[in-house]
Amino acid sequence: MNTRALPLYATIVIFLLAYAICWLQFPAILSTRVIANLLTDNAYLGIVAVGMTLVILSGGIDLSVGSVIAFSGVFIAVLLRDSSLHPLVVFAMLLALTTAFGAAMGFLIHRLAMPAFIVTLAGMFLARGAAYMLSIDSVPITHPFYDMIQNAYWLMPGKGRLRLIGVLMLLIVLAGMIIAHKTRFGASVYALGGGEATARLMGVRQGRTTILVYAFSGCMAGLSGIVFSIYTGSGYSLATVGTELTAIAAVVIGGTLLTGGAGYMFGTLIGVLTMGLIQTYIVFDGTLSSWWTKIVIGVLLLVFILLQKGLLKLSQSRLAGGVS
Amino acid sequence: MLLKRIAPQLIALAALILLVTLVYPDFLDISFRDGRLVGPVIDVLKRGAPVALLAVGMTLVIATRGIDLSVGTVMAICGAVAAWAIASGWGLAPALLLALAAGAAAGLWNGLLVAVVGIQPFVATLILMTMGRGIAQLITEGRILTFNHPGFAFFGSGTVLGLPVPAWLWLLTGVGVALLMRRSALGMLIEATGINRRASALAGVNATVLLIAVYMASGLCAALAGIVVTADIRGADANNAGLWLELDAILAVVIGGNSLLGGRFSILAALLGALIIQTIDTGILLAGFPSEYNLVIKAALVLVILVLQSPRIAAEWRIWRESQRASREALAERSRT
Repeated sequence: MNTRALPLYATIVIFLLAYAICWLQFPAILSTRVIANLLTDNAYLGIVAVGMTLVILSGGIDLSVGSVIAFSGVFIAVLLRDSSLHPLVVFAMLLALTTAFGAAMGFLIHRLAMPAFIVTLAGMFLARGAAYMLSIDSVPITHPFYDMIQNAYWLMPGKGRLRLIGVLMLLIVLAGMIIAHKTRFGASVYALGGGEATARLMGVRQGRTTILVYAFSGCMAGLSGIVFSIYTGSGYSLATVGTELTAIAAVVIGGTLLTGGAGYMFGTLIGVLTMGLIQTYIVFDGTLSSWWTKIVIGVLLLVFILLQKGLLKLSQSRLAGGVS
Repeated sequence: MLLKRIAPQLIALAALILLVTLVYPDFLDISFRDGRLVGPVIDVLKRGAPVALLAVGMTLVIATRGIDLSVGTVMAICGAVAAWAIASGWGLAPALLLALAAGAAAGLWNGLLVAVVGIQPFVATLILMTMGRGIAQLITEGRILTFNHPGFAFFGSGTVLGLPVPAWLWLLTGVGVALLMRRSALGMLIEATGINRRASALAGVNATVLLIAVYMASGLCAALAGIVVTADIRGADANNAGLWLELDAILAVVIGGNSLLGGRFSILAALLGALIIQTIDTGILLAGFPSEYNLVIKAALVLVILVLQSPRIAAEWRIWRESQRASREALAERSRT
């Protein structure tokens, strides 16, 4: 058995167990309606978490994504309000912009040899500030194209509505899995996260990989902003504050090590769904106050990390003992 | 030696003050009214108190190669505890002690997770960061707990010897901790742990206890900051007290030239970093820019300061200067022969 995948298996088992416990209490939680909503409600988080996973695998961190999502929403809303451009053109402009923004941060991190934490923190201020400059108010988006996307869904058996943005998230996770596990770039990212010096000696082009990783994260944040604007039908500069930390938590719950170099893209999807499940459970229960969400997510984070630690120790001691 | 260490921060602060004075000429005006000093600079000293207090603890944590993301929420918890104690009539001293105890307990929790369980500091403190606001809301039951207690409000808006109490608090804490670190071997032990925990443990440093103590110190600093903020608005706001201040505190420490990779640290430089951040914030307000521009200007200024302090830029500048000198010497050599 592949011991490196143990945290991933553990995550999946815990998710299924949690789902089973919820199901015992509320059988309706297994209906396609709830499952479809789980995908729709967490679509933006899932997409941004895919970018975050790659960044964390490379040993870095991207704190700017929450602000970039808010900026994207405001950018789209203001441009659609003040010009007659087609939304698809606006989307293309936005993705180019956020990708360039991510690449610029990656360039600074590599060129100045500064910690990613600080550079992306400055990026977080900058993106949020740019969103404020565009508009402080919440700007509604009214466009026939938006109505069309918002109403695009596939009616699953059981009246569940699988919406376009939910499907998009699943596709992005799939794309992320291919990039991380099947491409040369993905291998470079893992190598970089495993150790910079080793990666350099192996012939990884460090600068290029770093820039690409943050460009990818910026692109995902832009895409997530598009999805979020479709989901809420508006752009608001104060939206998605702290999403970067939720995304990081989802990635960690998904079994990716924050030190970089180890983890699976699929785990991130499970991490996102686990967090969504907690929210859904609290809504179903109805008596729990909203602050319990935060406490439960914190406790869960702790449980997952302790579990990973235990499994890691177990596999290491087995390796040392020569049993495996 | 000390002056050389904090020179970049002093220059940055001076340049910043000059910049602000250019747009707002009255920035350096200080007058004495009703037994207290008044002026924008005093305002910076007072409003910078929470971040400066957090920066003291954060410097120690970062010196051990850690990070404490939970300080903002610990502020909210301690503020809620203090307000709850005051509102239920416990009196001033028990309220303060309870708040400090809450901060120490939060620090102990973080320290145990990092030093004993062995979780990375980022994740370990992220746990309390996510949970903390929930806990604070649990204490205040989701409301903003207000109170009317002049003795407690003194910590937010009182004056001693002309200076606001919050300014005294961070000045005394900063100088006290800095002296404790440098007059005893503590500072050196912390640096040793940050550079190589295993090696320092083998050399006889009790790294585990030291790490826990450092996180507890950070929790205590956060408790002080929480008391200041709560006393200032005379109410505990579990949602907004200390929101994102951990980021400002980390920024202050980094602007203070401390490496996130641990090792050598300077509390004084971190305090200057906190003053730089507060001067930017106050300066932008005074200069009369529309408030939408605040964050963009702040990001740009922070980026400029960081780029100028970047180790690689400094190294390249040194290499460039060396090569200049070498070529000049070669030229002189050639002209001599």
